[in-house]
Amino acid sequence: MKRFTWNKLTSRYPALFALTLLVLSVLINVILQPNMFARDTLNSNMRVFLPMVILAAGQAIVILGGGIDISVGGIVSIINTILATRVGLEGSAETMWQYVAISLLIGILAGAINGFFVAYLRLQPIITTYATSFLFAGVALFILPNPGGGIPTSISEFYRSSIPLGLPLAFYVIAIILLVWGFLRSTRYGNFLFAVGGKAQAAYETAVPVTTIQFSTYVISGLMAAISGIAITMLSGSGNAESGSAMTLNSITAVVIGGTALSGGVGGVAGPMLGAITLGFIQNIISFAHIDTWWETFAKASIIVAALAIPGVINLFRRRRP
Amino acid sequence: MKRIKISPPVAALFLAIVLFLLSGLLPNSYGSDVKIAISQATNIVRLAVFLGVIAAGQTLVIISGFEGIDLSAGSVVTLTAIVTYVYVNGADEKVFVALLLSLAVGAVIGLLNGAGITFLKISPFVMTLGMSGVVTGIVIILNHGNVSGKVAPIMTRLIARPISPDIPIPGAIVIWVIFGILMWLLLERTSFGKYLFAIGVNRVTAKLSGVNVTGMNLATYALAGALAGFGGFLVVGNTGVVLISLGQPFLFPSIAAVAVGGTLLSGGKGSYWGSMAGAILLTLMTSLLTTMQMPESVRRMVLGATLLVLISIYGRQRALRQ
Repeated sequence: MKRFTWNKLTSRYPALFALTLLVLSVLINVILQPNMFARDTLNSNMRVFLPMVILAAGQAIVILGGGIDISVGGIVSIINTILATRVGLEGSAETMWQYVAISLLIGILAGAINGFFVAYLRLQPIITTYATSFLFAGVALFILPNPGGGIPTSISEFYRSSIPLGLPLAFYVIAIILLVWGFLRSTRYGNFLFAVGGKAQAAYETAVPVTTIQFSTYVISGLMAAISGIAITMLSGSGNAESGSAMTLNSITAVVIGGTALSGGVGGVAGPMLGAITLGFIQNIISFAHIDTWWETFAKASIIVAALAIPGVINLFRRRRP
Repeated sequence: MKRIKISPPVAALFLAIVLFLLSGLLPNSYGSDVKIAISQATNIVRLAVFLGVIAAGQTLVIISGFEGIDLSAGSVVTLTAIVTYVYVNGADEKVFVALLLSLAVGAVIGLLNGAGITFLKISPFVMTLGMSGVVTGIVIILNHGNVSGKVAPIMTRLIARPISPDIPIPGAIVIWVIFGILMWLLLERTSFGKYLFAIGVNRVTAKLSGVNVTGMNLATYALAGALAGFGGFLVVGNTGVVLISLGQPFLFPSIAAVAVGGTLLSGGKGSYWGSMAGAILLTLMTSLLTTMQMPESVRRMVLGATLLVLISIYGRQRALRQ
């Protein structure tokens, strides 16, 4: 009986699972790091998690619309290398903001390339964005063959330690994304998005502009990847063509533990953002555990696979029950 | 007017020959010396063997459909190469056991992939990408900075050297021809092959016609893992040294090779001959880019763009409007 209620709850509130996992990982974190809710610790955690939270929100939109974007990591790398090489450590704040604007345009352009191939040429999303991910990673490596470059310290200092009204900067960014998403959901666009992700053919037959919606999800995802790239550059203050390569799978994992189905049309954006924060806390736990450096890659990857497996395991148990 | 249809494998091979002839015009190429040209061509085919064997497993999972793909192939190659290297340690009599060990290690990893995909309903792309991270983790643990080992003389003799002083054909090519015939038999002359194409076209109808879809899926991924394991065994026999990044460069080209050969990335249609031709074409392209002294970044961009063009030609999905 009790389990039945849990099922009902998880199907109505897809983010509930992420929330439970989040509470759990926060509890473990609090035990390992007692001052976690102190303002500085909170800020230092959130500023590290923010790039992934932004990326997960963009990935969630594409997945809700029935696609997937493997190229987000590549876009992050491009933005990172552009900012690090064009602005430079000695650059002024004006050049930085100029290139931030250019970065956003590049993100939109990269997303539009994906969207063109997937929505207009009707290619498979996975393999298409996998191909463009290779293309984008190549571009990033072309811009910056060896790690280096940077942005002015004043800018990274602004990102790292500004706490307007006592709350870390990351909170405001997250709040803005949630507000925009809340608004989008209530518009016709939101309804169309879920319709296309649920069943594109049926949506098409009921006069939903399927192609435009699909195209737009990739543009949004590209834009979010660019913002994520800006955030990660401000966080690290330096450039590396490989900076985004590991982020793609994590963004998908965040979406999955956030209760948004990879098959599309089910879920939301808040869940994946919580999922990204949860992943961040779990990785914190790994680094607190002081495991042997040699084991770190293995531990992190195993946790990703385990997190990906959780919805499947839950389903397996659900089906067993009469 | 009737359109002339050229089958993709023939087109790929034709393109490879044209490219090779054109490459003679490059300043630091073979020029007008036929003898050098032949030895260069042989060398490219020899290098294509390793990509070709790794693409074999990829061909199987891609034919099996349902967005099948194996992104763990690269890291499996590295793992079994290291296992072979450490286990054999220069002893000829251990080579056969090492080969079985490589196949078994690959098969176990493939089986895990298959289990996650079949039972936990994780999408193949995400599952195998996650698994690739786990296997890389295992490689790092095993490697621990450096490994001590040695390939056996018999491996170098059979794989890297010509079969006899009079016939300048490397052993690897002979192995590949036999391997290709076996793959053809598997795909075209066994019930496994028949079922594989059946589940690739339509899982529901295959199931209704009595195909054990679950078993087939598990077997396909296990076999693909084993073939990647075999690839690792061959690669280390050729290079004679192991690196932590030995297998990863093969991953993207292995998928592109399958696509070049005309195997539908949505499954249900394809051949191993196509993948062989694709492997030759892609190896030629990479080696030409190296001869032209293009940096890694340009090579990545070219590979990404090639795959994008290919799927635009072969991989269009049905239009929404029927």
